[in-house]
Amino acid sequence: MKTFNVNIVTPDGPVVDTNVELVSAKAQSGELGIMAGHVPMVAPLQIGAVRLVSDGNKSELVAISGGFLEVRPDQVTILAQAAEKAENIDVARAKEAQMRAERRLQDNKQDNVDFKRAELALKRAINRVSVYEGKL
Amino acid sequence: MASLRDIQTRITSTKKTSQITKAMQMVSASKLNRAETNAKSFVPYMEKIQEVVASIALGSKDVTHPMLVSRPVKKTGYLVITSDRGLAGAYNSSILRYVYKQIQERHKSNDEYVVIAVGRVGRDFFRMRGIEAIESITGLPDQPSFADVKEIVRKTVDLFSEGTYDELYMYYSHFVNAIQQDVTEKKVLPLTDIETSGGRLSSYEFEPSPEEILEVLLPQYAESLIYGALLDGKASEHAARMTAMQNATDNAKELIRTLTLQYNRARQAAITQEITEIVGGAAALES
Repeated sequence: MKTFNVNIVTPDGPVVDTNVELVSAKAQSGELGIMAGHVPMVAPLQIGAVRLVSDGNKSELVAISGGFLEVRPDQVTILAQAAEKAENIDVARAKEAQMRAERRLQDNKQDNVDFKRAELALKRAINRVSVYEGKL
Repeated sequence: MASLRDIQTRITSTKKTSQITKAMQMVSASKLNRAETNAKSFVPYMEKIQEVVASIALGSKDVTHPMLVSRPVKKTGYLVITSDRGLAGAYNSSILRYVYKQIQERHKSNDEYVVIAVGRVGRDFFRMRGIEAIESITGLPDQPSFADVKEIVRKTVDLFSEGTYDELYMYYSHFVNAIQQDVTEKKVLPLTDIETSGGRLSSYEFEPSPEEILEVLLPQYAESLIYGALLDGKASEHAARMTAMQNATDNAKELIRTLTLQYNRARQAAITQEITEIVGGAAALES
C-alpha cells in the first residue's frame, strides 16, 4: 500500500517521524482517517489518541493533548502541545493527575474556570492511561 | 604596607572565590548547551505553526478573528522575561532598563499599562517602583518544558482575549551567540505581522471551518511565540552568566597575581630586614 510521511511535533521537539499507510485521529468534528493522497486539509484535534498504521496491520498509538492536524499531499503533520508514544508515557504520573483532577471536580463544582480546567486535566490523564494500556 | 598574614588571607579568600566562579562558569556552559538544544528542538514546531497560520490567515481573506484585528489601545501589556537569580552580568539590568524607559516614554499614568513578569528579578524591579505585576512566575527550571510555562503563557493570551489589555509587547534577551545577547522588543498581540517564511502558501480544506480552526490555532500560535522567547531568554541568561563568571574568574586570577607579588615583596623585605639586624648585631659585638 502507498505510504506517506507523518510528523508529530511538540514545542519540546519532534515526537514521531515515520512512514505510515493510515493515520486515524479524533478531530473536533469527529473521527478522521487519512491515507496517502488525501486533499490538503487542516483540522483541530480533540484530546485523544492518534493511531498510526503501517505494514498492513501494525499500529501504534500516540497520546495527543490539544493541537491540530495538517494534511499535505505527501505529508501529514500533527502539531500538539503535548504528545507521547505509548511506551513513553509516565503512567504513574498520569494516574496521579487523574485522581487529583477527579478530587478537584468533586470539591468545587461552583467555580467555573477551575471546573473546566480540572475537566481538561482529567481528559488528558484518562487519555494517557488508556493509550498506555492500549485500550482504544 | 599590609602585613604578611593579611596578604596571605586575602590570597586564600580570592582563590576560594575564583574556584566558585570557575565552577559557576562551567555549570552555565553546560546549561547553555542544553538550552541551545532545547531552542533548536522547538524550531520545527514554530516553523510549522507559522506556516499554517500564515496560509490560513493570509490565504483566505474573508476570515477574521479578534486576535488578528488591532483595536483601539486603552491599555498595553508588557511581558518582561528576566531571570530568577543574579550574577549574570548585565543580563537583567539591560532588559529592565530598556523596558522601563519604553514604558516611561509611552505612558503618562500607571493605569495605561500592566506588567507581566517572568523571573524574580523583573518582578522585584517593578515592585520597587510601585508597579505590581498582574501575573508573575518565578522559579522556572533552567530547561523549561512547555508544560512548565503553559499556565503563564495561556493566562497572558487569555488576558488579551478578555480585553484586559489591547496590545501585548514582549521583552527578552535574544541569544545571538555566547558573547552577544540583544535586548529585543516584540509585539505579540494582536497578530498583525505574521511572517511568511518560504512564501509557499497552500490552500486547504477546513474541517469544520476556517473560523473554528483559527479559534484553536491562533492562541496556540501566540503561546508558542511566547514560549520561543522564553527559551531564547534562558539561553541568553546562561550565556550571560557564563561570560560574567568567566570575567570574574579572570579578575580573580589577576588579583591573585598582584597579591602574590606583594606578598613576595613583603616576605623579601622582612628577610632583608632580619639579615640587616643580625649583621648589625654582630658588628656591634665585634667592635
